[in-house]
Amino acid sequence: MRLIVHNMMSCNIKGVVNNFPLRIEAEKVIEKEVDFNPDFLRHMFAKIEWKALVDGARSLGYTELPDHAPDTAALESDESFLRQFHHALLELHLEEGSLVCPETGRKFSVNKGIPNMLLHEDEV
Amino acid sequence: MSSRPELLAPPEIFYDESEARKYTSSSRIVEIQARLSERALELLALPDDGVPRFLLDIGCGSGLSGETLSENGHQWIGLDISASMLNVAVEREVEGDLLLGDMGQGLGLRAGVIDGAISISAVQWLCNADKSSHEPRLRLKAFFGSLYRCLSRGARAVFQVYPENIAQRELILRQALQAGFGGGLVVDYPHSTKKRKEFLVLTCGSVPTSINEGYKESCSEDDDSEDEENGMVGVSDRNRPRKKQRTNKKGKGREWVLRKKEQSRRKGNDVPHDSKYTARKRKSRF
Repeated sequence: MRLIVHNMMSCNIKGVVNNFPLRIEAEKVIEKEVDFNPDFLRHMFAKIEWKALVDGARSLGYTELPDHAPDTAALESDESFLRQFHHALLELHLEEGSLVCPETGRKFSVNKGIPNMLLHEDEV
Repeated sequence: MSSRPELLAPPEIFYDESEARKYTSSSRIVEIQARLSERALELLALPDDGVPRFLLDIGCGSGLSGETLSENGHQWIGLDISASMLNVAVEREVEGDLLLGDMGQGLGLRAGVIDGAISISAVQWLCNADKSSHEPRLRLKAFFGSLYRCLSRGARAVFQVYPENIAQRELILRQALQAGFGGGLVVDYPHSTKKRKEFLVLTCGSVPTSINEGYKESCSEDDDSEDEENGMVGVSDRNRPRKKQRTNKKGKGREWVLRKKEQSRRKGNDVPHDSKYTARKRKSRF
């Protein structure tokens, strides 16, 4: 599971209000190279919750992202920032570990890179 | 109709290890899936500017449909309830991200982040109640409601569906429209029973258009003066006699009950079937 997906996911348990972001407990992280496409990064940038991405990247052991989101001008010109953003968003994979709901503490396990988001019957 | 997998077992059980492998190794299925997803992508009508989009593949299975998305350069998330199918997808090294989840429980995704959704032969599974806690109407409602939230404005969702009968098709369509989607059904090869393919094309909110301007001030002044001339609103209507309800000793009658039940059925509620006991009065000992 990549951070781009982690950034979109929220806890789906009924009645949970504070459902984002899910905390990452990483056991195994792998990297896979992906083609660099600045157009896609610019398109996604507006939809990304920056703080969640930075925290997620830190828990996967990648600390080079800046604390605060740069403004959109930097997206046009700053190649090195785009590379970092690209690496964090698309190339880091959480292979084994778990995702933890920030409110209830419910753990969703991640096996072979697939998070198990199935809910029990009493959580629907 | 015994060949429908929906009637044999729930999806997470039907698509077990062997079935998942069989599904993906059949060249016929692979070809059909590729063609269907090609067509679904076409119906999504993504803007043709070369920018990859972030799409959702619901019921992705072993990632056959996702492969088409990758070939067209898009990034995607795949959701499926069968762990075996997802394992096959991992072995085939598909490019998208995979989630194990039940679409009938709602999609746990943030609002407005997805650029489009496709689903190939999956949504009709929601019409089955495989557990005692399952209620197809509520599961469809949860699914379409959460999908509507996570799609960005102006995005589309295209579902290829195999409804079992007209009632199922209506149920799916009605729930989609109730969730706020616009759109309708596209039927390919309508003349052929075998080749016939139905696509549910849903649009999520319209692209903002210009809104009618408010009334100009000069007009409203005219209106005011007219109101003053007229003075008060007539009060003669206030004590209008209520419409008389046709009730007698026997209650409202069988026709009335049948009509109300039909009305409720049209809304999609669960209504007991009509029998000779419908609207019969209870015995006095109750």
